[in-house]
Amino acid sequence: MNNIFVICEVDEGKVADVSLELMTKGRSLANQLKCKLEALVIGHKLKGLENELYTYGADKVWVADDSRLAVYSTLPYTSITVKLFEEEKPQIALLGASTFGRDLGPRVSSALMSGLTADCTSLEIGDHEDKRAGKEYKNLLYQIRPAFGGNIVATIINPDNRPQMATVREGVMKKEIFDPNHKGEVVSLDLKKYVNEEDFVVKVIERHIEKSKVNIKNSSIIVAGGYGVGSKENFNLLYELAHLISGDVGASRAAVDAGYADHDRQIGQTGVTVRPKLYIACGISGQIQHIAGMQESSMIISINNDPAAPINKIADYVITGNIEDVIPKMIKYYKKNSK
Amino acid sequence: MKGLKIIVLAKQVPDTRNVGKDAMKADGTVNRAALPAIFNPEDLNALEQALRLKDSNPGSTVTLLTMGPGRAAEIIREGLYRGADSGYLLTDRAFAGADTLATSYAISCAVRKIKDFDVIVAGRQAIDGDTAQVGPQVAEKIGIPQVTYAEEILETKKSSLVIKRRLENGVETVEAPLPCVITVNGSAPDCRPRNAKAVMKFKHARTATERQDAAEDYIDLGRAYLDIAEWSVNDIETDVEQLGLNGSPTKVKKIENVVFQAKEAKVINGDDSGIDELMKELISNHTLG
Repeated sequence: MNNIFVICEVDEGKVADVSLELMTKGRSLANQLKCKLEALVIGHKLKGLENELYTYGADKVWVADDSRLAVYSTLPYTSITVKLFEEEKPQIALLGASTFGRDLGPRVSSALMSGLTADCTSLEIGDHEDKRAGKEYKNLLYQIRPAFGGNIVATIINPDNRPQMATVREGVMKKEIFDPNHKGEVVSLDLKKYVNEEDFVVKVIERHIEKSKVNIKNSSIIVAGGYGVGSKENFNLLYELAHLISGDVGASRAAVDAGYADHDRQIGQTGVTVRPKLYIACGISGQIQHIAGMQESSMIISINNDPAAPINKIADYVITGNIEDVIPKMIKYYKKNSK
Repeated sequence: MKGLKIIVLAKQVPDTRNVGKDAMKADGTVNRAALPAIFNPEDLNALEQALRLKDSNPGSTVTLLTMGPGRAAEIIREGLYRGADSGYLLTDRAFAGADTLATSYAISCAVRKIKDFDVIVAGRQAIDGDTAQVGPQVAEKIGIPQVTYAEEILETKKSSLVIKRRLENGVETVEAPLPCVITVNGSAPDCRPRNAKAVMKFKHARTATERQDAAEDYIDLGRAYLDIAEWSVNDIETDVEQLGLNGSPTKVKKIENVVFQAKEAKVINGDDSGIDELMKELISNHTLG
């Protein structure tokens, strides 16, 4: 009772990375709160997944396994989660901010009347004093996220309602095995008690999933462009440089919104979080939403014609100049010096 | 099917691409008055899907529903100019400061009051919060299925819709029974522009408050379509405890301006010799190559 739950997403028979990242985070929060960490896995052919979850710190793994649950569907997944939560009364529930988590999370929170904070970049435990109501709260979940165009960081709390729910994007938390010998228990849910026929009214007719061609999450060198790149054509310079130095091209949200790059290249709070060896920021001003997704890069080079661009503050190298001038020079002198 | 009754949930949002310093109030909520207000971009994608449904199902109607301050009537007019038939503005201080749950509760109460509908279409998320929560939360409160991340409504069947969803790495086609909630992605087609005839027809559409404030000489010509319905908390059935700031389980504890740990950046001259030196350095310390 009153434990931490991670609602796990299963992708091609494996627990998704984002869920394991949240298990790692959940484990450290559970240690701090001296409570247990539990995982909920819904799907089909899930046998054996509990063993991996144990190594990530799960004390208990709840499994809802049924052929009708093989593909994610809002209503049955909601029914199972809501009923289990009503029985188990978790204090915290975490899920990935994927299409899965962003479809399921709000539905569950609405049914349980509990608060949900989307796209958190940090989760911490802390106290809260409500001076107006004269109430003190111990050990709340601080749900921290950039807000409102990225100029500010907000700490959100749910003082009174449980569970305290939060979604986190893939890559934001670090995935780490807790203990390869850690063991827990597995509980199979008796589905008749958790779903009924009406939950299966939405039919999946066709599903066409392809492995994303772009995967900048694990790139060691990223050349990222912002709105300041100016055009889709200028983005080609970034591709040319990235190709030459064995890197990948990323983009800020402003650049994606402007149509310069595809969404799967977006870096930041509403995109991917990256931790490359080298991050070359081209024409990126550096809103916090973007910086949240790249600040752990080992080395940052900023190319910007505005010497006061906020991103320059976290950069190791600052080049003041236009993309059209600087990048061709980088290409030229990389070729010259790498011979 | 003889026409669908379609509700479009839309939101007027501060244009977060142009945020100034006075954008936040001391209590951590948004000072909307200080920002340019726009029709939330993905709600326009939703409106387009609704209008296409209307086009392909003669006899259908599109009704906009928005919650916000009085000036949010602007987006209802914008929707009317683009092909919607009517609109409701839900406006009251009692709704202010609501988080997504309290917002979805108020909207679901308004939808219950409208009562007669086949499908609710909304944008996936609004650019001021990026939460994507209100659509699913409304669906849950009304107790109907949802289809999120929709890109296209492919087909209207007798009592269901066939909808294409855009997922992280693929597409999924689902068939959902009516009534249901559909939230539409930004990757869906853009909204059609204003229609000149509709602009002529609706340019005098106003809420009662707008007429009062402008002290317009309003002569009722029996053109009811020029009245944008304005509902306060008293016009819909609600549990007041679930509304506004009080009805919001999430609270803003703290707002911080972001201060970066400034590093000592090395400033590189953008000329040939500066870049030449930089590339040499990056190669010699094995950052590159």
